[in-house]
Amino acid sequence: MTGTGLPPASADALLFDYLLRLADSDIVLAQRLGEWVGKGPVLEEDIAQTNVGLDLLGQGRLWLAYAGEVEARYATRGRDENELAYFRDGSEYRNLLLVEQPNGSYADTLVRQFLYDAWHLRMLDALARSRDERIAAIAAKASKEVRYHVERSSGWVVRLGDGTDESHVRMQRALDALWMYTGELFAADASDDALVAAGIAADVTALREPWRQAVGDVLAEATLAMPSDGWMQGVHGRGGRQGVHSEHLGQLLAVMQSLPRAMPDARW
Amino acid sequence: MYAQMVDTGQSRLPEPAELSADERAFQARIDADVKIEPRDDMPEAYRRTLIRQIQQHAHSEVVGMLPEGNWITRAPSLQRKATLMAKVQDEAGHGLYLYCAAETLGTSRDRMIDDLHAGRVRYSSIFNYPTLTWADIGTIGWLVDGAAIMNQIPLCRCSFGPYARAMIRVCKEESFHQRQGFDILMTLCRGTAEQKAMAQDALDRWWWPSLMMFGPPDAESVHSAQSARWKIKLLSNDELRQRYVDQTVPQAEYLGLAIPDPKLAWNGERGHYDFGEIDWREFHEVLKGNGPCNHDRIATRIKAWEDGAWVREAAVAHAAKRAARELEAA
Repeated sequence: MTGTGLPPASADALLFDYLLRLADSDIVLAQRLGEWVGKGPVLEEDIAQTNVGLDLLGQGRLWLAYAGEVEARYATRGRDENELAYFRDGSEYRNLLLVEQPNGSYADTLVRQFLYDAWHLRMLDALARSRDERIAAIAAKASKEVRYHVERSSGWVVRLGDGTDESHVRMQRALDALWMYTGELFAADASDDALVAAGIAADVTALREPWRQAVGDVLAEATLAMPSDGWMQGVHGRGGRQGVHSEHLGQLLAVMQSLPRAMPDARW
Repeated sequence: MYAQMVDTGQSRLPEPAELSADERAFQARIDADVKIEPRDDMPEAYRRTLIRQIQQHAHSEVVGMLPEGNWITRAPSLQRKATLMAKVQDEAGHGLYLYCAAETLGTSRDRMIDDLHAGRVRYSSIFNYPTLTWADIGTIGWLVDGAAIMNQIPLCRCSFGPYARAMIRVCKEESFHQRQGFDILMTLCRGTAEQKAMAQDALDRWWWPSLMMFGPPDAESVHSAQSARWKIKLLSNDELRQRYVDQTVPQAEYLGLAIPDPKLAWNGERGHYDFGEIDWREFHEVLKGNGPCNHDRIATRIKAWEDGAWVREAAVAHAAKRAARELEAA
């Protein structure tokens, strides 16, 4: 990897970490959506939401595969997708705090999805212009899927925000509770800065205003109030993307990783 | 056998002389292999029986999502996780078109779901058994989906058009699921000793319940004759069960697994495998609600339905608001 001004091995280590940041949010959110399967509010939604989970899982796998190849360039060997997913501890996971938050009610799940989708689409569109061709190709493919995710979650936010009194209250509460995890979506650290300067990573700080605009438009139609920006979790370099998580991630991984860790010599 | 012991409302098969002129005309169409479509005239008993059969089948798909869904979060590789999620999603899809097929007969999905939750309509006995290890997911694909295909292939030719057409699509997806299940077991059986033991344990637990899926022996099957005459059941329980055993034994041998039946043996004279006596007491207890998971399965479905009530109500309320606004703007 060139353009960071760093020696190649350090630059690849930086890229590897960045790819995990992209992969892990997808994998963790897919895992959360997997918890819903068979328990959705209506069969059509069970199918639609599982589709979103499957898309995210597929995208996460593409990022992990590339991460493993990059790792092989500077380490003794590169790990495959399953080693990376099943044998890293929570502190090695690089996902956003937002996506590891528990499913809660359908309102919590949909608001979490909506806030992420609106960010994810803009992120992928920016990454589709990356100087790293592999990143650009994965992002371009994923962005087509995520456009549908945005449409679906926005539609539900409007429907439930402007549905019944009860649904409105539930959605507003979910929004208020999850808002403190949105700061991290736009918080860049030094490694982001180095990769942005090299034309490889997306500049998340530039995504904030377009995201606010898009989210604001949907919330207005949903008759929901955009919460004011108070204290944000995971900013100042100590968030999920740096491996500092909420308690929820450990529980999620304990379930997800249990079988391969119990039988580490087995192939599945 | 996703639909077991479907009540036809008749305790014996009526003699031809007992049928009305309309009923005789209807039977003549069935005998001539004419597909019955939703708007056609049909005897009330045929309609009611089909509603019961198709909705039992639909409920089985939806309840069947739970035992397999139990392993989505713990699937041991990302590929297996994706495949399992897609499989369970397919089952939701099957449930959906089966509910739609039943709705063409004049019932509603809400009413059918209400019947399920109130215990008025059953789902397949097999889904009242627990999935205890990852090998159970492979075994369900191999045995349960295998048994489902055995039953559903003939149903592609059944007399009711919407059901027959739904079965064609369902069967295509089920055979894919069966191959995936077999692939999970192949991997386990070629893996470590611990993995192989896991596969054998799963077969030990699922073998007999899978045989029960085909329903009681023909001699005790009080409603089968009428269903056969209506061509909504094309092969008898015992015929299907025998075909299933004959097909499955060589597959178990290929995997190197032992079927837990000391009486299982090839009978050259019959050209079929002989097998041991099924514990019908267990089958009837499971149907009565006393299987290991009956309570949990229904409680989970009811909770999902009740937890989702506000979502469904809000969606309806929003649609009404939108329609009113559009009317105002027009």
